[in-house]
Amino acid sequence: MKRYFGQITVVAGILVAVSATAQANLEGPVKARKQHMQLYGFNLGTLGDMAKGDREYDAALAQAAADRLVALSAMTQAGYYPAGTSSDEMEDSRALPVLFEQMDDYQALTNELNAAAEAMAAVAGDGVEQVQANMQALGQACGACHEDYRKPRE
Amino acid sequence: MRLILWTSAAALGIAAALWAVTVPAPLADAAALPQGDSEAGARVFAAAGCASCHVAPDTEEDGPPVLSGGEAFETAFGTFYAPNISPDAAAGLGDWTDAQIVNAVMHGVSPAGAHYFPSLPYTAYVKARPDDMADMVAYLRTLPASEVPSQPHDLAFPFNQRWLMGFWKPLFLRDYWVVPDSVADDDTLRRGRYLVEALGHCGECHTPRNALGGLRVDAWLTGAENPSGEGRIPGITPAQLDWSAGDIRAYLTSGLTPDYDSAGGSMVAVIDKLAQLPEDDIDAIVAYLKALPEAGQP
Repeated sequence: MKRYFGQITVVAGILVAVSATAQANLEGPVKARKQHMQLYGFNLGTLGDMAKGDREYDAALAQAAADRLVALSAMTQAGYYPAGTSSDEMEDSRALPVLFEQMDDYQALTNELNAAAEAMAAVAGDGVEQVQANMQALGQACGACHEDYRKPRE
Repeated sequence: MRLILWTSAAALGIAAALWAVTVPAPLADAAALPQGDSEAGARVFAAAGCASCHVAPDTEEDGPPVLSGGEAFETAFGTFYAPNISPDAAAGLGDWTDAQIVNAVMHGVSPAGAHYFPSLPYTAYVKARPDDMADMVAYLRTLPASEVPSQPHDLAFPFNQRWLMGFWKPLFLRDYWVVPDSVADDDTLRRGRYLVEALGHCGECHTPRNALGGLRVDAWLTGAENPSGEGRIPGITPAQLDWSAGDIRAYLTSGLTPDYDSAGGSMVAVIDKLAQLPEDDIDAIVAYLKALPEAGQP
């Protein structure tokens, strides 16, 4: 037994190192997709605060925010959701396991968000009334995904 | 022999007493229901959120809702399945009278005279106005029929005993307002109260329940366990929710929070329905929520 002790230690050490690397590799995508959501939130906030009257309407800023929402929702999300990153598997993740089985639907819902962002971008610079008129569709497009695919907060 | 007789008589007596206590309350008078208007009914239907539970899960929401049912609700008592309430004569309620439908919705009584479980929120709908219910029924009859049969609930004994609702209803089926007239003292607040307490049945999720599944009106809208087990349903009285009126208004129509996070889970379907209501109704709901007592005890 003693003879093998050194080898066992080495093997165990390698295993620990490998699994730690795997864990680190999975934390990256979880962080990235959360940051993507943060960017949605920041730009929705610019538009939403103007719509609510909490912030003065600024045509150029509104247009910029809407354009960014179009770009963000057009980006491919490939690589954001590798196996092993569901809410069942990682503490930081709120992506329910069912999402990983229905990526086609997820993409379809993202396309709908993109369409809502396009509708906003077409008129965001034309006045606060236009921003107000398009907030509802934009917000509901976010909810369409969070309805079935996001784990409720603890 | 005499003992057996006495025992049988006693058993019969107890059964008769049980039947007398638990028999469904008398049905509403059909003649009292006005002729419904389906256009007005669409708004009642949206405010009451009927489609949130009764459309089949995972159906696209374009076009008129197909109320074929099938959505599962997992609770501590077992799993409830929303039934088919489309106008199909066999699978749905196509051959029910208006009064039978209104009785089911407002009193939890089936056309055959059996109790429904309060998974159908008749504890809220009991406060609905009969003319609104007549409009809702008229609208319901315009929707597409579905032949998909309803699934039976999957409940553990003794919760699967419908007659037990005969004891439950006198305890928890209350037709009075939680927020009294002295607080809801103008038309806007009363409209808001009607939308929140009656049609919108917000208390069903946002108010905690006691061990028997009755709503704790002493903790009205102060938040509750999520019946599906995950997370917690937030409290929405001013003590828990410090959002401005504008923030609540924006949330109820877009689902976006003041931090620009979005609604998730079952609230998404609620917002989808609220967004169909006129602005005045949303303002009334906001006014009501803002007027709620801080402690949750009106």
